[in-house]
Amino acid sequence: MTDVGYVIAGWSVAGIVLGAYTVRLVLRIRRAERESAPPESNT
Amino acid sequence: MSEAERDDAGLPRDELLAPMLRRVIGVVTIVSLVALVLFGLWGAPTDEVQGDAQRVMYLHVPSAWLAYLAFFVTAAASALFLWRRTRAEVWDRLAGASAELGVMFTGLALVLGSIWGRPVWGVWWAWDARLVSTALLFFLFLGYCALRRIPAADPVGGAKRNAIAALIAFVDVPIVHFSVEWWRTLHQQATVFNPQLNPQIHGVMGLTLWLGTIAFTLLYVYLLDRRYRLAVLEDGRADRELERAIAERISTSRGVVA
Repeated sequence: MTDVGYVIAGWSVAGIVLGAYTVRLVLRIRRAERESAPPESNT
Repeated sequence: MSEAERDDAGLPRDELLAPMLRRVIGVVTIVSLVALVLFGLWGAPTDEVQGDAQRVMYLHVPSAWLAYLAFFVTAAASALFLWRRTRAEVWDRLAGASAELGVMFTGLALVLGSIWGRPVWGVWWAWDARLVSTALLFFLFLGYCALRRIPAADPVGGAKRNAIAALIAFVDVPIVHFSVEWWRTLHQQATVFNPQLNPQIHGVMGLTLWLGTIAFTLLYVYLLDRRYRLAVLEDGRADRELERAIAERISTSRGVVA
């Protein structure tokens, strides 16, 4: 692998890990907020 | 939970950052990450010795810095929880939230270090003091995160157990940092936070490294706020499930008595 290949691999791994963690966290919060809201606030 | 502790949508109010501040940090984080990509991949010059492979440093070093910061916050929050005068649920939640982020950044630092090490050192991994102590740190706090998931009969007792485990695991952080000074290692010595506090990096490379550190720190603050929020919501759900189970148990026992 060339130097550029290692750079692409490193930056891609970082982007995927940080992006996936952020998206998963946001989705978990939304789900938890839906489940935490009292029934009357869902209407 | 009382009405005063809930917002207009009926959700718990307990948050680390005010909504406006969180939005500002979110926007500044995105801008700084975009600037990091531009400087890290194009703006910074190619290293004379290591070539383009050195560009992985702009992510590897900030990841390692964030691992230190995240575990320091975990240890400080754990100490504040253990101290009777400052004991509060907020410190336990903050410790757990920061530890999870620390594990992610430590894992990232290890993987990025391996990707950077292959073209520079010729190996993906070496049994080197810095690498081994960092891997140990990763598994120590991974274990801490697993420990937090084990329920305790007494919630305060469980939180104390977690806090003590965090403080024990944190002992490895200075070992990681000073490993390159204490032992002869393949890993280079500290470039920025060296014992002389004299950064050995100049120009656009130094600027890009600082940009990466600031961008990752802002991202950490944003994610810490969000992870804390999730912990509040999950704790609230667990409390409600417990209350419902107790109510069902009481109604069942009344039915038996009647």
